[in-house]
Amino acid sequence: MLGKTANALYWMFRQLERSENTARLVEAGFRMALTRAASGQNEWTSIVLTAGCDHAYRESHDEYDADRVIDFLLRDADNPASVLSVFKSARSNARMARTALTREVWESVNEGWLVLKDLLAKPVNQSELPNVLATIRQRSAMVRGAWHGTALRNDIYSFAQLGTRLERADNTARILDVKYYVLLPATAYVGSSLDNVQWESILRSASAARAFNWQYGGETTPMKIADFLILDSQMPRSLYYCCNDYVRSLDELATIYGEEKPSADMARGMRDSVKAQTIEMIFRSGLHEYLTDFLAQNNALGGQIETDYRFNV
Amino acid sequence: MFFDEMLDENGVAREPYKDYHAWLKDRDRGMLRKKSREAEAFFRRTGITFNVYSEAEADERLIPFDQIPRIISAREWAKLTKGIEQRVQALNAFLYDIYHDQDIIRAGRVPQSLIANNEAFLPQMIGVDPPGGVYTHIVGVDLVRTGQDEFFVLEDNARTPSGVSYMLENRETMLHMYPELFSNIRVESVSDYPLNLRRSLARCAPKACTDKPVIAVLTPGLHNSAYYEHAFLAEQMGVELVEGHDLRIVDGRVAMRTTRGYMPIDVIYRRVDDDFLDPLNFNPDSMLGVPGIFDIYRAGGITIANAPGTGISDDKALYSYMPDIVEFYTGKPAILQNVPTWRCSEADSLSHVLDNLEDLVVKEVHGSGGYGMLVGPAASKKEVAAFREKLKANPAGYIAQPTLALSTVPVLAKSGLAPRHVDLRPYVLVSPDRVDITPGGLTRVAMKEGSLVVNSSQGGGTKDTWILED
Repeated sequence: MLGKTANALYWMFRQLERSENTARLVEAGFRMALTRAASGQNEWTSIVLTAGCDHAYRESHDEYDADRVIDFLLRDADNPASVLSVFKSARSNARMARTALTREVWESVNEGWLVLKDLLAKPVNQSELPNVLATIRQRSAMVRGAWHGTALRNDIYSFAQLGTRLERADNTARILDVKYYVLLPATAYVGSSLDNVQWESILRSASAARAFNWQYGGETTPMKIADFLILDSQMPRSLYYCCNDYVRSLDELATIYGEEKPSADMARGMRDSVKAQTIEMIFRSGLHEYLTDFLAQNNALGGQIETDYRFNV
Repeated sequence: MFFDEMLDENGVAREPYKDYHAWLKDRDRGMLRKKSREAEAFFRRTGITFNVYSEAEADERLIPFDQIPRIISAREWAKLTKGIEQRVQALNAFLYDIYHDQDIIRAGRVPQSLIANNEAFLPQMIGVDPPGGVYTHIVGVDLVRTGQDEFFVLEDNARTPSGVSYMLENRETMLHMYPELFSNIRVESVSDYPLNLRRSLARCAPKACTDKPVIAVLTPGLHNSAYYEHAFLAEQMGVELVEGHDLRIVDGRVAMRTTRGYMPIDVIYRRVDDDFLDPLNFNPDSMLGVPGIFDIYRAGGITIANAPGTGISDDKALYSYMPDIVEFYTGKPAILQNVPTWRCSEADSLSHVLDNLEDLVVKEVHGSGGYGMLVGPAASKKEVAAFREKLKANPAGYIAQPTLALSTVPVLAKSGLAPRHVDLRPYVLVSPDRVDITPGGLTRVAMKEGSLVVNSSQGGGTKDTWILED
């Protein structure tokens, strides 16, 4: 396949994943704001930080309140990370990679874009917000469903998987990083309702609340949440799970192409280093430092994949 | 009075339409309208849109689709295909001749000036033998009808005929909406087109090709008005869709940048004009092409479809010589008629045209897409006067034709069924010693009452075209 097509596929899946993640972040924020109105502003600040677009936000806004942040994250055309912008780019990449997509996949992206464009044409009323967010998540899920049901398991599939997983790991790491102060043992007032809300928000942002309760029997401690989101081998959004998937996809590419590239080694290194640590070790040496380091490695891997498979040159 | 293809003077359905008409008259209007909306949603979802050049905000628009099919009998079609085959073979022979010995000019059948003044003539192609001897791999022949047995060729599109994706998607939509119709009426299938295109291109592989031919579609990119079609064809054929910047010359071959490095291409189906194909050999400012591709082509390293320089046959001044051209190369009179054409470059013709502007259609010799033409009977006095000045200033730039009484087929209009003018573009594939004509084509329809302009850029729509099985 063309390097350009691999590039478009990879980014299309990153962007679809991102649109869903942003919707989930807004949902978690909205829920928090409903539960404790007093510190709403703090919460919205951290949502914008987690979405990774604080800089762009401050260029056009002075305050962090629900309406502004929601508008900025969902539909601001000047915000390249808004759901609307990201879905638009995903569709543009789908057009670019049209020859690598089945008709079902292409149509689900295109239709998703048409629906979201209408839905987000005007500012979203808070009373409509839950429905709007649900639709965003559904549209992204429909593409994924069409993809899993119809795509050939060849190199095309591997590049799409890599895009999805890299974005997902990036998102999970950022959620944890922005909230790490809540998770630190020193500030964790075990049992206080205040922090329960915070923890719940973290889990919701990663769509992991229910899974967590199944896995840990409702015992919510900061360390367990971090353990779940970083090291769990069954949680599809955990860093370990994503790294494991990088290795699998890159190994598949090596088999298909009959040649292993440097990115495969990098991915194995990342996976092994995640696996080698316990959550206690991570907390001891500093959660923030750990996550910063992970995000840098994740970025570097993305860059290496682009080079190895000739996305651009 | 216009010839309506569905109903005769007494409002009785003509033979090819009998079964369809019987079905149609029992249908509820509300249901038909609902189906129209369904069809539109179907097209939106597939994303079969085009961009209009003149609009600042390059908006994606749908070409209107009308659900009443255009139906042609097996007998009519058989006759058309014979004529098309003859014409396309003559075109290829003509192009070969023009770029080699120019016998037809030496025989005095077409004037030298026609070639010398033709902007699409490529001196670089002189003496070049395209692989398999094929110049026009894909041709769209525009036909119009004025009566029971009167078909005319309106123009030849041998440069880069577009619209075939509509032929295919219109049928998909009809099958989706009315499966029962197709089980009762035997309609020739068009869905083999992409596969036939692939095979046809593969048969034209260059001599440098030693294995299974690698084919690619070359597009100017995402913002081109026909990008959907380029992507659609590549996807349906199962070949790569490339842009200029994906390609470079490697070891004497044109190669594409894949995830595993550069891989040679054997046949390139280009949807980029000659001028933009190769900045080294043609327009140096082109960002769309591949520097040096033409040198590789001349050395037999790649097949370019259609061949560079085929555009001369789209020229409307040349069109007027087609009956002579067909006879010269096939030794037989043309089966398909030309529309009578006045060449404004000739003094007698010019004065006739100037005297009768109100009744004529005047077209730019190098124009296309329905831009820059005058439809005399539909134009205002002011428009005619303005055009008269343009024509006088550059007579050789125009040809004129009588305003044809184009046939009509009903569309589902707001007020109910209403006749609208149509034309037909069948798609023709040429490979060495072989011509394949897909049984169907693109029927374009002027959606406005009385309008004779069917171009999508001018508000025209499309219909599914049925060729009945014998």
